[in-house]
Amino acid sequence: MFVYTIRRSLIAIPTLLVISLILFLLLDLAPGDPTAQLPLTIPHDVKERIRESLGLGEPIHVRYALWLVQFFVNEPLHLLSELTGWDLADDRQRVISWQSRSPVVDIVMERLPQTLWVVGLSYVIGVLIAIPVGIVSAYRQYSWFDQVGTFVSMVGFSIPTYFTGILLILVFSVQLGWLPSLYDTTLRVTDWQSFLAQLRQMIMPVSVLALYNAAQISRFMRASILDNLNLDYVRTARAKGLHERIVVLVHVLRNSLAPVVTVVALGVPGVFGGAIITEQVFKVNGLGQLLIISIQANDLPMVQTLAFIFAVLIVIFNLVADILYGLLDPRIRYD
Amino acid sequence: MNREPLLEVRDLSVSFHSRDAVVHAVNRVNFVLHPGEVLGVVGESGSGKTVTMMALLGLLPSPPARISAEAVRFDGQKLLSLPPDRLRAIRGHRIGFIFQDPMTSLNPVLTVGYQIMEPMRHHLGLTRVQARDRAVELLDLVGIPDAARRLNDWPHRFSGGMRQRVMIALALACDPQVLVADEPTTALDVTIQAQILELVRSLREKVGMAIIWITHDLGVIAGLADRVMVMYAGQIVEQAGVGTLFEAASHPYTRALLGSVPDAGGVRRDRLMAITGQAAVLYRPPEACPFHSRCDEAVARCREEVPKRHSCGEEHDVACFRR
Repeated sequence: MFVYTIRRSLIAIPTLLVISLILFLLLDLAPGDPTAQLPLTIPHDVKERIRESLGLGEPIHVRYALWLVQFFVNEPLHLLSELTGWDLADDRQRVISWQSRSPVVDIVMERLPQTLWVVGLSYVIGVLIAIPVGIVSAYRQYSWFDQVGTFVSMVGFSIPTYFTGILLILVFSVQLGWLPSLYDTTLRVTDWQSFLAQLRQMIMPVSVLALYNAAQISRFMRASILDNLNLDYVRTARAKGLHERIVVLVHVLRNSLAPVVTVVALGVPGVFGGAIITEQVFKVNGLGQLLIISIQANDLPMVQTLAFIFAVLIVIFNLVADILYGLLDPRIRYD
Repeated sequence: MNREPLLEVRDLSVSFHSRDAVVHAVNRVNFVLHPGEVLGVVGESGSGKTVTMMALLGLLPSPPARISAEAVRFDGQKLLSLPPDRLRAIRGHRIGFIFQDPMTSLNPVLTVGYQIMEPMRHHLGLTRVQARDRAVELLDLVGIPDAARRLNDWPHRFSGGMRQRVMIALALACDPQVLVADEPTTALDVTIQAQILELVRSLREKVGMAIIWITHDLGVIAGLADRVMVMYAGQIVEQAGVGTLFEAASHPYTRALLGSVPDAGGVRRDRLMAITGQAAVLYRPPEACPFHSRCDEAVARCREEVPKRHSCGEEHDVACFRR
C-alpha cells in the first residue's frame, strides 16, 4: 500500500503538469481582454502598453514557462520565507492578480477560511446526517421513516440550492427577520455575542448545502446497505446469534461503506471549490465567488491558479478515495 | 428410542405473503431430533427443507414469512415464543449453522479469526486471548493447516473447501448440541465433498452433537445419516431409519427419487427414471396429497384429502393412503 501511494503520487506529477498546460492553453484561447473594462477614453497605445506590462506581449510558451516558475518555485519559496523568517525568496516574482495587483495566493488564503467554514461544515454535517439516515432507511425499507427520508432527499436533491437559499432568506430574513440574509465576512469572533452572530449568519447557507449533500449521500448509503442486507454473510452473522445492531453496524456497514467513502472523498475537492451559487446567494466571499469575479474580470492568473488548485485537490482526493477503498475492503490491495 | 428428544417440532407451517400471492412453503411438519443423532432431510429444491430449519430459529425475515406451529421445543424451551434475546442466545451457541455456499457465507471484509471468535466472545464471554486459542484449536480440528497464522487471513484467501471448513469451525465454536447443515457440500467439488463428509463424520464422533443434514444428494445421506426425512412440497412424506429407507422405501415419491439416482458402481440401466411433471408450488393450503398429480398409484382419495403420516414398520412412517 505504501509503495502504491508513492507510485500514484509520482504519477500525479506529470498528470498535473499536463492539466496546467491544458488550462493555460484553454484560458489563452478564451475570448476576452483584461483591459476591456478600462474606460474607452484611454488611448489604444496606452492599452497596448498596459497589456505588455501584464506580460501579454510575450509568446505563449514563455508565458507558460514563467507561470510554472512563479507557481512552483517562487510561491513555495515565499511561503517558506514567511514560515521560517529567513529571506529565501529575495524578491522573486509571485503570481500576481491582474485585477487587484496583489499575489494570487494571498487572496486565496484570505478567502479560504470562509469557504472552509461554510461549505466544509455543511459537508461534514451532510455526511453525519446522511450515513445514519441511509442506514435506517435501508434497514427499515418502506417504513414511514424510509418514505419520509426518500421524499426529503428527492426534494433536497432536485431543488437547486439557489432556490432553497432564496426561499430560506424570504422566510427567515424577510418575513420573520430572525436571521441575517448577508454573510458578514468582517465579523470577528471575540466574545459570546459575536460567536452567536457568527452562528446565526452561518445557519442558512450551511443548512442549504447540508440538505443538498445529505440528500445525495444518504441515497448512496441506503442503496449500498440494501445491496448487502440480503447477502449470505448477513444470514451467517444472524445465525451466530449476534444482536441486530452488531449485524448491521459491524457486518453490513463495513461492506457498504466502501462505495460511499469513495463518493464522499471525491466530493471534498468540491468543498474547496466552494459552492459557487450558494456563496453568491448568501454573499459569502469564499473561493467560489472569487472564481466568478475573476472570470468576469478576465483575471487570467487568478483563474489559472484557482482552477489548478482544484485540479490538484481532485487528483489528491482520487488517491485518498482509492486508498480508503483498499483499507475498507481487503480484497482490493494494490501492491 | 425412548429418550427425551432434543428438538421436537409439531405442526409447523410457514407461508410467505407477498402483495399478490401467498406461498405455503411448509405445511404441518412434525419431527423430532434426539441427542447425538444424524437426521438427514432430503427433497428437491423448493420442498421446504431449508425454510423449515430457518423458521425454527427465527432466521426468516417476517414479513414476508409467517410461521405457526403447535409446538416447537428445544431442550425444554418453546422456540417460537421466546423473546428475540433468548432466541439469539440459542442461535450460534447451542445450535450451529453451516450454509450452502461457502464462497458467500463469510463476511469478505472481516478476518476469518474475527468471524470465528465472534460467537465465542458473544455467547461464552471469552476474552480475546481465550477466544483466539480456541479458534486455533477449531481450525486445527477442521483440518486447516497453519491455523494460528491463517486466523489473520481474509476469506478470499481460502479456497471453497477451506471456507466450508471455516464455516464448520465457526458453527462448532460454542460446542452446539445441534448442528444444522444446509446443503453444505452442494457447492463443492466431489473430492472436496468427500473430505468435508469425512470431516463431519469424525467430528460427530469427537464432539457428539446431533446433526440435521439438509441435502438433495441421496448418496451423502446414505453414508452419514441415522434417520431420514423425505420432504415434498412442504410436507414430510416419509420418515425412516436410513437402512429401511434405502431398502424398503414406501412412499411413491421416495421410490421415484431413489430410482432417479444414477448407479455409478453397478450395471448401467437403460435409462434413468425421471419423475414426470413439475414440483408443486402451493398457493393455497394443501387439500390433497401434493404428489398426486405425478404419482402412478394415485386414487380418487389422493385428490380429495391430505394423507397423514402413519406408521408402516419399525420407526418408519409414511404419508400415503396406499400404504
